[in-house]
Amino acid sequence: MKQTKNYSAGPRGETVRSDCYIEIELKESGGIKLNLKSKVESMYGESIRKLILDMCKFFSLKNVKMTVEDYGALPFTIAARFETVIKRALSKTKKEYLLPIEKKNLYPTKKDHLRRSRLYLPGNEPKLFVNAGLHNPDGIILDLEDSVAPSEKDAAQLLVRNTLRSVDFSCSGEAKQRRNSCERMVRINQLPKGLDDLKFIVPHNVHVILIPKCESAEQVKQVDVEVQKLRKLHNVKNEIYYMPIIESALGVMKSFEIASASRNVCALSIGLEDYTADIGTQRTNEGKESLFARQMVVNACRAAGVQPIDSVFSDVSDMEALKQSAIEARSLGFEGKGCIHPRQIKVIHEAFAPTNDEIEKAKKIVAAFEEAEKKGLGVISLGSKMIDPPVVKRAQKTIDLAIMNNLLPKDWRKQ
Amino acid sequence: MKLVKNAAGRLVPTEVNGQQQIPFKGVNKYKPSGNKAKPPIRTCIDYPKDGNKVVKDLKTALKKAGLKDGMTISTHHHLRNGDVVTNLLFDTIKEMKIKNISWFPSASFPVHSHLIKYLEDGTIHHIEGSMNGPLGKFTSEGKMKGVGILRSHGGRYQSIQDGEVHIDIAVIAAPTADPFGNATGDRGKSACGLLGFALGDSEYADKVIVVTDNLSPFPCVPWQIQGNNVDYVVQVDSLGDPAKIVSGTTEVTKSPDRLLIAEYVAQLLDEAGIMKDGFSLQAGAGGINLAFLLFLKEKMKQKNIKARFMRGGSTKYLVEMLEEGLIDYILDGQTFDLEGVRSMRENDGHVNTSPFTSYNFHGKGNFASMVDAVVLGATEVDVNFNANVVTHSDGYLLHGIGGWQNCLYSKCTILAIPSFRDRIPVIVDEVTTLCGPGELIDVIATERGICINPKRKDLLKTLKKSNLPIRDIKNLKKEVDEICGGKPAKPKLNKDKVVAIIKWVDGTVLDSVFQVK
Repeated sequence: MKQTKNYSAGPRGETVRSDCYIEIELKESGGIKLNLKSKVESMYGESIRKLILDMCKFFSLKNVKMTVEDYGALPFTIAARFETVIKRALSKTKKEYLLPIEKKNLYPTKKDHLRRSRLYLPGNEPKLFVNAGLHNPDGIILDLEDSVAPSEKDAAQLLVRNTLRSVDFSCSGEAKQRRNSCERMVRINQLPKGLDDLKFIVPHNVHVILIPKCESAEQVKQVDVEVQKLRKLHNVKNEIYYMPIIESALGVMKSFEIASASRNVCALSIGLEDYTADIGTQRTNEGKESLFARQMVVNACRAAGVQPIDSVFSDVSDMEALKQSAIEARSLGFEGKGCIHPRQIKVIHEAFAPTNDEIEKAKKIVAAFEEAEKKGLGVISLGSKMIDPPVVKRAQKTIDLAIMNNLLPKDWRKQ
Repeated sequence: MKLVKNAAGRLVPTEVNGQQQIPFKGVNKYKPSGNKAKPPIRTCIDYPKDGNKVVKDLKTALKKAGLKDGMTISTHHHLRNGDVVTNLLFDTIKEMKIKNISWFPSASFPVHSHLIKYLEDGTIHHIEGSMNGPLGKFTSEGKMKGVGILRSHGGRYQSIQDGEVHIDIAVIAAPTADPFGNATGDRGKSACGLLGFALGDSEYADKVIVVTDNLSPFPCVPWQIQGNNVDYVVQVDSLGDPAKIVSGTTEVTKSPDRLLIAEYVAQLLDEAGIMKDGFSLQAGAGGINLAFLLFLKEKMKQKNIKARFMRGGSTKYLVEMLEEGLIDYILDGQTFDLEGVRSMRENDGHVNTSPFTSYNFHGKGNFASMVDAVVLGATEVDVNFNANVVTHSDGYLLHGIGGWQNCLYSKCTILAIPSFRDRIPVIVDEVTTLCGPGELIDVIATERGICINPKRKDLLKTLKKSNLPIRDIKNLKKEVDEICGGKPAKPKLNKDKVVAIIKWVDGTVLDSVFQVK
């Protein structure tokens, strides 16, 4: 008799939530045997069985013994875990089991999307995904890089793919209208491994790809070539943008060429944990050690016409220090900051919100512009000063931000 | 068992454990008449002149109290999961070969799973109280001899007062007591704070036994239980595990989603104009509750607003607000942490209350209805705002009612709950078990939006311009079903076997809990 081998995927244990453990044994005969233990048996037991059996059919599994320990995983997670275990068992299969794409997720983004906050989610932790958008970040990053254990990279690729298709990151209800749409981002692995991640994300509705530890324009170009190839192959209409992350001394020196490597680079971000290690020092809250790097990145971005975005703040319990750090980032010229906890988002938005003086000034500029437009005047002036179009655009952005932060009513013109 | 449809459309039995039952008739539709129950006449000459009521041990006390088969024995739950007295009590009853006891606790905890063997061997016939954790599972599987009866804290007092429940022997664990029977919970190595849940028992039971691990000379002052109501005092080594009686410190939730709900609720109280000078609130010790209080505290400080009183479970967070002068009074219903116990001893503004003052249906008014807003939890809520707090969607009994039903009478009742847990929808078409009629529930606050009962036109109007995510509950339910992968299937229940009934605050039967198949 041929030897059988067991394959497994997913976590198991008492503390696991919203995930599942699946073990399979491929056999020569005996048909399909499914042993399901689920926390939600009475509510969704049938639905889980149906999904698993449907996937067995899709992957032509005819004789297999399966054990599923379910801790309340949502369908996109169960499907990802099961596909992982199948691919671990049948390494040759090229088939992909794709769940229908959630219509609500099909919205485009813009190169100059407002990017004050972007929330990192470890790519293999599905319990964190479903509610992440409720905290109103400007972007959500599904991370395939540092937060995923090397042995779980394959699992995370499939989970992130399913998440991009299935999980709605926008907010609920009417509040949606008052908020910035949430950009869907993925941080791929460091190149060259990161190039292999692209096929799991490009065809599945990603907006921005973060390129970690970027040190040359060439790396951005490599990603771009692959992305454009995949876009064409899968007929992806929406533009996909890049946010290279500068995390080394070399990266800092090359930041301008990186920022201008492709017209689809929308922003550069800086990663200070790795950068400070690279220059042989430690990261402090004051950040004196990284001042040069941060200013360099801001300058490179402005020169290339893309957004400079600050590093994450790693002490999730110290909201006051986060606030100071975000205010400083804004004063250095950064337009946003990374978040590793949802509670950081609001603090960052407040720090990047315009001040009262800025709002008052912006109101006057926008009002003068609208007045001039109504009168058909080509030149706009405020008092004795002429106003250029970029100034108007910036003022309008300030007004939008003020409304978003509840600092100004939507109908401010009436008041 | 004959089942009839009550005014809420739920099937309920007309007779339980040999006692006639009245089906729920609607909120505020049932008022019993006649006289209240009364304890037997006692004379002081039958008691030791020197006031020393101490007897050798619990067995002696139970013997003297005339323990017999089929009696109703009550206990209180202030020792929470640290309680060893109740377990010792039933070990003793078993040893005395007594059977068919009706156990009438004010609540049960996982520590009481020790009693399952006595439910199995017939020492205990049934439980009239909450059936939590393992006891809930045991009951749900139809293994209990009799039918469980779940009541609110107020309903427990009501049932004692209108004679629905007659307590033969009350066993009151007391962290400090004197030989006369005066007792308190605010001091001693097993200090638990308040003993309010044992008050009715001490007044109405035929026989009252105080059990203490800290016997102090007469007088034990100030007393919470009056020695004049007490028959016997028993000294034991320990009432239980102090670490499980009160937590050293209660912790606020760290879950970002729960914090978001808490933040929404605080914002709602502010924008709805409920948070104003002199307002009042019911506080709890659940994760969302504590967090909500902290958000509210910030807002109160910012706007320089003071509350007149907060009632309910006391914690260090409530004590801080009292000591910072943001609240005039804490009306303590039960004490959750050591800071609460300390404050009860030290602060004049920290006042002892009981289900009599706060929840009792047969009182001449009660505090719960005077409170401006209450924030509660639930296991399920349906699209008509009906809520469940005792069973989970799989049909299993898991929690007691506590003061939950009584608190629904506040001026604004808010259920702060996640819209689903893992893959278990909390917002459903119809609750598995009805514990609170929707007409008393004003707001459902979830991480995905706030639903306001359409009956509360005033609230809807006030919050019209709010940037809170206010939305229709049906629309929210649809979203939750989509996330969870379709409508959840109903649990498979044996509709021929009622394992427990849910009482409404007036003593009528609101719903039945059926055996899980």
